[in-house]
Amino acid sequence: MKEFQFTDCIEIKELTGKKANDEAELLELIEEASPDSIYFHTHSYFLRHFYIMGPYPSDFANWIVMQVRDRVLGEKLSALTPSGKQKIEDVRSDLIEVIDDHLSSIKTIPAVSFGQPFYLMKSKIIEIPTRLKAQNLKEFRDSLACVDASAIYNHVFEARLRGQKGRSDFSIWLEEVLGLSQLAQSIERIDAYMYGLEGLRKKILCLCDQELQEGGQYS
Amino acid sequence: MSTLDWESYRNIAPAGIVDLGHRVADRLKGKKFVHVNSTRWGGGVAEMLHRLVPLFQDLGIDTRWDVIEGAPEFYQVTKSFHNALQGQNQIITKEMYDAYLRINKKNGLKMNLDADMVIIHDPQPAPLIYKKKKGSTWLWRCHIDASRPQRKVWNFLKEYVSKYDGAIFSLPSFAQKLSIPQYLVYPSIDPLSDKNKELTQEEINSVLEQFNIPKDKPMILQVSRFDRFKDPVGVIEAYKMVKQYNDCCLVLAGGSAADDPEGLEVLNEVKNAAEKDKDIFILDLPPDANIIINALQRAAAVVLQKSLKEGFGLTVAEAMWKARPVIGGFVGGITVQIVYGQTGFTVSSAEGCAYRIRYLLNNPEFALAMGQNAKEYTRRNFLITRHVIDYLSLMTACVKK
Repeated sequence: MKEFQFTDCIEIKELTGKKANDEAELLELIEEASPDSIYFHTHSYFLRHFYIMGPYPSDFANWIVMQVRDRVLGEKLSALTPSGKQKIEDVRSDLIEVIDDHLSSIKTIPAVSFGQPFYLMKSKIIEIPTRLKAQNLKEFRDSLACVDASAIYNHVFEARLRGQKGRSDFSIWLEEVLGLSQLAQSIERIDAYMYGLEGLRKKILCLCDQELQEGGQYS
Repeated sequence: MSTLDWESYRNIAPAGIVDLGHRVADRLKGKKFVHVNSTRWGGGVAEMLHRLVPLFQDLGIDTRWDVIEGAPEFYQVTKSFHNALQGQNQIITKEMYDAYLRINKKNGLKMNLDADMVIIHDPQPAPLIYKKKKGSTWLWRCHIDASRPQRKVWNFLKEYVSKYDGAIFSLPSFAQKLSIPQYLVYPSIDPLSDKNKELTQEEINSVLEQFNIPKDKPMILQVSRFDRFKDPVGVIEAYKMVKQYNDCCLVLAGGSAADDPEGLEVLNEVKNAAEKDKDIFILDLPPDANIIINALQRAAAVVLQKSLKEGFGLTVAEAMWKARPVIGGFVGGITVQIVYGQTGFTVSSAEGCAYRIRYLLNNPEFALAMGQNAKEYTRRNFLITRHVIDYLSLMTACVKK
């Protein structure tokens, strides 16, 4: 049986030297940015382990709200949950559409007056395998409970979008190796963008515990 | 240099990070690393290297730290460079550029820079890139706020920086138009160093008694070099405004680094601004006064870092780690370190600083909660453990196989 290997990750942050001072410039940045930049500003927020969270799990939405002080566009961008997206390009298209629509509906382009510009960044991930491996649901559950939060990020967010698997590594393994399709689907239905990594861990553990209690499933 | 034990951080750093460090370091076994800067003592860069280098060694990574040497003339030139790169108007003559290059050349001749990776810290030793050999990786680590440098000086330095394999900056706003990759790594503090370790109340009291600082009134503190970018005179202005409403004392604790010839001049300006106020304490401390600074930070009711320019405020992170509420200038790294209203306040004027000092002095429960938030935020973002992991990951990604 193929075991599940938990793998931590470390993010290397890169500066691009590109910045935006108003919403039109931000739109251009998003149009021209590399997929790694789009991904960084819409996902790696979770990996930064902020104890104090900004209003939204998106750098674009936070910048618009906090630095440009355009709450309407900020809120529209915050509603763009990338859940269910198969490709980073889909995330980019949504961002462009919402900003473009917003700019078409107003006469003056909102800009930074007192705040800081938006600095475009990108990142790459280094994977570091842990010693934690699982061969059944009980081992999976116990390892998930103590693994570093970066492993959850790696197996959920990285796997889905940058890894282009469309689903988390967790649900792929639970379904394809253990045959637990229902549990796998329940994990996929968690709105991962609404929780920090620790919240996500708790949700998945809760689903695993239910499965273990109900089915006595140790396969 | 002291020996340090990576395992000592297990119960202080966020869970899991110590094990992660061991696993990443395993990938770098057998490689050689060298760090180079311009001073062994004084200033944040030297302070960080004193801790980082032994930790790399404890993780089994062959790491050395070397320092370039120069006459006072050289430090005068590099101080002008430093100020120009931080946006201050400076006149730099051809003779000064020549002296800078000559001293770097001279240092390069006697330094052993054979390693898999060389990390050069700040502008002073940047021209050493001429020593780079094929197969090695060189990174230039910029610790200063270079977001709006004096163009002529930056263009001169850029010729050398562009030859590196990559540059590391402390904030996204410091990125420059360069043809090489630019990485982001926040600096850090060490929770086990003399400056940050736990102290007993007796130790704290003893320091206050040593300097005759009153224990019966709240202390406002700024710890920094006597440098105009730290706005010590602005701090005194803010204190004088607060003093009209709240009885308190002000401690300005600092010193000067070996490569900073302006320190004495600024110290005299600060003494003049203090006007012999008996509740203002100006402490010109030696570079090794770490326990004193630690005690002062722990005794302070409010800590200030009212900088006008700041690459990254190490003293901000130190005070936050001690659960103090911090008021910082709305500049550079301080805007990343302080989440406004939650882990501290940022201000843009002496008046704003005075208002927030009064607010914190008169709302002690709020100040207490803010201090606790600050401590937790620092644990996750600005401790040396996170810094080591960032460097290890960069080394893993950049060093040639």
